[in-house]
Amino acid sequence: MLKIDNLSLSLPGFHLKNISFEVADGEYFILLGESGAGKSLLLEAIAGLNKIHEGSIKLKGKEISNEKIQQREIGLVFQDHAVFPHLTVNENISYPLKHRHLTAEERSKRIKPIISTLQISHLLNRRPATLSGGELQRVALARALVQKPKVLLLDEPLASIDSMLKSDLRALLRQINRDGQTIIHVTHDFDEAVSLADRIAIIDNGKIVQTGTPHEVFSNPVSGFVAHFAGTRTFFRVRIERKHDLVTAYPHENVPITLNCVTNSDTGYLLIRNEDILLSAENFESSALNNFEGIVEDIYPVRNGEEVVVNIGIPLHAQVSRESAEKLGLQRGKTIWVHFKASAAKLITV
Amino acid sequence: MKSFTPFQLIVVLASALILLFIIAPLAGMFVATSPADLFETAKDIEVQQSIKLTLWVSLAATVVFSVAAIPFSYLLARKSFPLKSIVTGIIDLPIVIPHSAAGIAILGFVSRNSLLGKAGSAIGLDFVGHPAGIAVAMAFVSLPFLINAARDGFSAVPERLEKAALTLGASPSRVFFTIALPLAWRNILSGLILMFARGMSEFGAVIMVAYHPMISPILIYERFGAFGLKYARPVSVLFILISLAVFILLRMLARNKEQKPVHHA
Repeated sequence: MLKIDNLSLSLPGFHLKNISFEVADGEYFILLGESGAGKSLLLEAIAGLNKIHEGSIKLKGKEISNEKIQQREIGLVFQDHAVFPHLTVNENISYPLKHRHLTAEERSKRIKPIISTLQISHLLNRRPATLSGGELQRVALARALVQKPKVLLLDEPLASIDSMLKSDLRALLRQINRDGQTIIHVTHDFDEAVSLADRIAIIDNGKIVQTGTPHEVFSNPVSGFVAHFAGTRTFFRVRIERKHDLVTAYPHENVPITLNCVTNSDTGYLLIRNEDILLSAENFESSALNNFEGIVEDIYPVRNGEEVVVNIGIPLHAQVSRESAEKLGLQRGKTIWVHFKASAAKLITV
Repeated sequence: MKSFTPFQLIVVLASALILLFIIAPLAGMFVATSPADLFETAKDIEVQQSIKLTLWVSLAATVVFSVAAIPFSYLLARKSFPLKSIVTGIIDLPIVIPHSAAGIAILGFVSRNSLLGKAGSAIGLDFVGHPAGIAVAMAFVSLPFLINAARDGFSAVPERLEKAALTLGASPSRVFFTIALPLAWRNILSGLILMFARGMSEFGAVIMVAYHPMISPILIYERFGAFGLKYARPVSVLFILISLAVFILLRMLARNKEQKPVHHA
């Protein structure tokens, strides 16, 4: 429904080149990239704050790149929320409705469900200066949502939030999306992207380098940049089982991986960094809870040594030095043991 | 006891001298004026009229010119355009040129033969020797104070807030009136007070345009010229007292209306 086609835009020090992507109705779309990659600029261009030089932006089939900002029906929440400091929370949230000639009743009808979802009903008469970062972010979200935008753009919405509150706000964003709101969310945080996105686009140096589901993107990174961004090659969707205190993730029915975390989810993504995987010729007793026998499927040189793909029912990517690879006599088809600690297996719940 | 370094002593001494330099002449004038003289002067109709005239004409000049000066300050704060530094320099021009010269320039600008003078005559308004002319002269020399203060105020308003308002469906004029203006209001208000004060105290530019009706600075000058220091002093003291009272009142009003601390984070 939102279709960006060949969008290009230059500002001093910043360029966006031939950006194309589509976001479906109700989709949660994440633009992932490092700071300075041009993500915020792209959001501002979609919202109409920056004029594009080439390309088109179509919303429900209608070209909007020449439409006024006020008529685009696109909501934007800024990274630092941009809540108006001289207005109360209630005045902030009502701001977009003031010029829409709504009756007081219609206004409150729009506002009520949103402030109740965002749990800010008790803050209505407060001044922004007295609110915490998380509360301000909720106010900014509410203010953008009351205008019922066709697409909601979020610029690093979790960046200025304490990590304690992040999961709450993530859950809230998921809730807003499940209620039917199409969202485009910009972030540099890999975990955030995996935990929220239906689809991800990786943006690097003003260009989109890969688009797909989190699984597609991180299992098959098309470039070193994407792989580096993920910081891992071992990335699986898992089913989670809890027995007593033990949490076990199953990327495959025959591969139980012990985790060292607390979770209530039944599914998630499992990440193991290449450096955290240890290889040995024989099984040995150690503090690592995850020990598997597997077969070397592939081995190839990378910058700091050799990357080894070991199949234990699922492919695991390990990185070893050249010396270690020689000492172990690693070659395709060789049987080998794989070890990693429960804490090295990172779970991202969705 | 805390000991001072020689440098600190010099700084304290210099500060004290400067402070004394400002206070001493004023204090001397107040001391030399007996309450009876002051009381007599306050009853003088001519004095009363001149103070009233000075206050209201300066206030009117401030209000009327602010209608255009405030949007202009907003433009200066927000937009970059060719020759902007020259425009900024032009704004400060009235501060640096001699005010009598400014008065001559204004006289030429508003006299009966000028375009503005002719337009005024057509509706029966003669600027020369008229409060309207005094207001123009006052505004000319005091506008920079308002424009600079308001521009600083608008510059301090994060542009993101205005962008946010635009994405929330507000028109540019609504953004100006509901976001930029209220957030820059403290600076604008202090600019307005400064402009008002500067206009009230103007002598050089006003005397060229209108000797009569007589504003207080000109009345003080006339009393001095005609009767000497003794007669000019009570008028000066009275005018200073009333000016001070007005400013304290305005400052208090401004403070009462002040918002809670603005959070720009």
